[in-house]
Amino acid sequence: MTTEVNKPIYKKRDPGHSWTPMKGFRDAIPISLGYFAVSFSLGIVAGGAGFNAFQGFLLSITNLSSSGQYAGLLLYTENAGYLQLALMVLIANARYLLMSFAISQKISPEDSIFRRLVYAFGLTDELFGLGIMTPGYLRFPYMVAALCTAAPGWALGTSCGIIVGDIVPEIVSEAMNVAIFGMFLAIIIPPGKKNKLILSAVISSFAVSLICAYAPVVSELSSGTRVLILTIILASLFAYFFPVPPLPEKEAASGDAAGAKVSPSQNAEKEDTAK
Amino acid sequence: MKHNIYLYIFVMFAVTYAIRVLPITLLRKPITNRFLRSFLFYVPYITLALMTFPAIVQATSQPLFGLLAFAAGVLLAWFNGNLFVVEIGCCLVVLLMNLAM
Repeated sequence: MTTEVNKPIYKKRDPGHSWTPMKGFRDAIPISLGYFAVSFSLGIVAGGAGFNAFQGFLLSITNLSSSGQYAGLLLYTENAGYLQLALMVLIANARYLLMSFAISQKISPEDSIFRRLVYAFGLTDELFGLGIMTPGYLRFPYMVAALCTAAPGWALGTSCGIIVGDIVPEIVSEAMNVAIFGMFLAIIIPPGKKNKLILSAVISSFAVSLICAYAPVVSELSSGTRVLILTIILASLFAYFFPVPPLPEKEAASGDAAGAKVSPSQNAEKEDTAK
Repeated sequence: MKHNIYLYIFVMFAVTYAIRVLPITLLRKPITNRFLRSFLFYVPYITLALMTFPAIVQATSQPLFGLLAFAAGVLLAWFNGNLFVVEIGCCLVVLLMNLAM
């Protein structure tokens, strides 16, 4: 779930404003609208996989992740087992580990376990961005308001995608089939423009994926299995031969796909503390 | 026989939530292992790239349409970068090709 809709907030923010639920609601409205549009294309995929609007809503409201949900839907269409599903989702969403470690530095030691459980539930790229730019510790009412505003956009988008994908003419639904891939390209290509290692990883993945889709033996594996195995192999190779430089905690944590979006907020935070 | 959709949703939720909740609640110590950090850095790009191509080519009635949508998507993402522009661009290519053929 990576959108750029929340960018302007960083500039508009009034430094003296308190982090109230109302502010959480307002900050999350553009996120919610962005989620709706992105999640709509996920709904097209979910509908094709055989999910109805309610099941799509349930999937999205509980998972709140684009690549993990897509990977799960891919495995569902291939009728993969639960263990494989768990492994695939683990790999596809592994980057949230770094985000979770980073945000845990911003949680007050006095915050109860219940609050921590809620923070974890809403840990998406965009809400992580809102949390990181809060000066000092996370404000629970602010974060809950933001989560309750953004999450319905994500879930309803999936439902609407399922419903609309079902009623539009076939020529239109075929076109909408590729929307999710457009979204993936928009997530992986722009960072590759700035970082040659990311670009090499992306191009290598395209090439290896193409070869393995048609090569003997490996092409007989389901595409879900191939994605899982190839992700582990390629990411291990890149991690071994081109490790990321050791960074201070915070910067390293934002060095994942969310990095580009998160850094402006970190700057905003630094400005804040300077003031 | 298809697997149960609700059980599928539950497994996905359980794994995703575990990833998000463990560092905040139990682990609390940041990952210092450089290999693991690097692995986690590359994973999202690699897994999304693997899921995109050649799947996009197989998602359309004719492989050529998907290939053109892929090319358009890469170019739009490179030169424009806006998520919605890229998404709509890919869809339009497939729609127009279908209308033209």
